[in-house]
Amino acid sequence: MKASVGGYARASSLDHALQLLASAEGAGRVLAGGQSLVAAMNMRLSTGDLLVDISRLSELSGVSDEGDTLRIGALKRHADVGRDALVCAHAPLLAEAVHYIAHAAIRNRGTIGGACAHADPAAEFPACVLALGATMHVAGPHGSRAIPAEDFFEDVFATAIEEGEILTAITVPKAGSGEAQVIEEVARRSGDYALAGLCLVKRDAGHRVSLFSVGPKPILATGAMAALDAGDLDGAVAALAGELDPPSDTQASAAYRRHLAGVLLRRAVARTEGGKA
Amino acid sequence: MTEMFRDKVDVALTVNGEPVEARVPAGQHLIDFLRQTVGLTGAHASCEHGVCGACTVRVNGEAVRGCLMLAAQADGAEVWTVEGLSDSAAIADLQEAFVARNAAQCGFCTPGMLVAAEELLSQGGLPSRAEIREHLSGNYCRCTGYEAIVDAVEDVARARGGEDVARARGGKGAA
Ligand SMILES: Cc1cc2nc3c(=O)[nH]c(=O)nc-3n(C[C@H](O)[C@H](O)[C@H](O)COP(=O)(O)OP(=O)(O)OC[C@H]3O[C@@H](n4cnc5c(N)ncnc54)[C@H](O)[C@@H]3O)c2cc1C
Ligand code: FES
Ligand code: FES
Repeated sequence: MKASVGGYARASSLDHALQLLASAEGAGRVLAGGQSLVAAMNMRLSTGDLLVDISRLSELSGVSDEGDTLRIGALKRHADVGRDALVCAHAPLLAEAVHYIAHAAIRNRGTIGGACAHADPAAEFPACVLALGATMHVAGPHGSRAIPAEDFFEDVFATAIEEGEILTAITVPKAGSGEAQVIEEVARRSGDYALAGLCLVKRDAGHRVSLFSVGPKPILATGAMAALDAGDLDGAVAALAGELDPPSDTQASAAYRRHLAGVLLRRAVARTEGGKA
Repeated sequence: MTEMFRDKVDVALTVNGEPVEARVPAGQHLIDFLRQTVGLTGAHASCEHGVCGACTVRVNGEAVRGCLMLAAQADGAEVWTVEGLSDSAAIADLQEAFVARNAAQCGFCTPGMLVAAEELLSQGGLPSRAEIREHLSGNYCRCTGYEAIVDAVEDVARARGGEDVARARGGKGAA
């Protein structure tokens, strides 16, 4: 099938992009890496969009060190996230996650902002930013706002980004010394979306555990986190089973996903303790 | 106020080293443009949703899915397809290895496989078979000739690595 779009405009700056979106009167659609959007348009899951191509806005593609936090531009492509020295040093979870996302050619164009804005429940980056306690920065016609990752992901493909707004950057707290960050997932084939996945961040302030592909949005497993803080891994695995309500689909049953979540938690904890998975 | 949005977009790019100018439909993807307008039918349009890799072409030095990039987005880009890479002999050794290892059966996946494999090989070093498989994991071979394809890529990696070693030794000897 072939895409049917309403029109295309290439934004020359963030302000220009916001103006274009405003002028589209509800039919506007941000085009970043296109790795989800163009696929959806080709399948006619999305038609008549007025495309606002932001992919050339270099102001949205850098990574900068802001002292205690790292600011990652929304247009940073997956492949670049994986090899960025600042990301590898201060947010290694994101760099590790890249290996699980799609295939090399898709990682060459897909962007971290696009992945978060798209909010596929099986995507890695949304769960990573949740585990890291990131802040999502959004610009709109009335200025900018900062949204905690906890409040950003709302439902399947739904986020707190409102009509006319653009996700511009993600800030993540830099990893402290001795902090461990790991991601584990199970997929049928390399590059497939995960059947279930888990991020674990172990900081002085405590553990943070997030899961993906086990519900309509990435989930912060607060029960498991509290049990891990208390040093009770078995309790954490039990808590996890209780706080997840995964879907059954053609890929995996709910029971299998719940089982995998516990397996992934044990693997992740083993890695943070320096053991083998 | 939608006049800033166009349903036809003017683009100027280079394809296989040649300048190309065209007015493209806003929703047309790069592969339809290359096949239907430029007449380069090497890269294939198959699943058109990013799953199979038959459309893999090189854009600005990187292997990308041609079906997931709009032609309108290729303005200013440097695009290489299997035709250009063949004519320039840039991948002659890889193509010879594909023949020698019987890595092309119907050949449908081959143009995409070559572009994807060349990206890995161009990174240098000696990739393991697992790394080769991983890099080609987004390219489906409908004839399932994966072993032979990995064999071919591995042969070229060894041969090119061998050349590097020879060159490095030569350099040392000359110094
Ligand atoms: C075969 C295949 C396998 C894949 N496997 C995985 C996988 O395993 N894991 C995974 O996480 N992803 C996977 N992906 C998706 C890929 O990671 C996409 O790159 C990503 O989901 C979207 O990023 P993008 O930059 O391409 O966004 P686009 O496709 O351009 O946009 C996606 C959506 O987000 C909106 N959007 C994009 N950027 C912004 C912004 N800055 N502000 C506001 N809205 C914005 C768009 O309007 C659109 O609705 C896969 C894709 C394919 C084709
Ligand atoms: S045609 Fe592009 S990936 Fe299948
Ligand atoms: S040779 Fe037939 S699809 Fe690969």
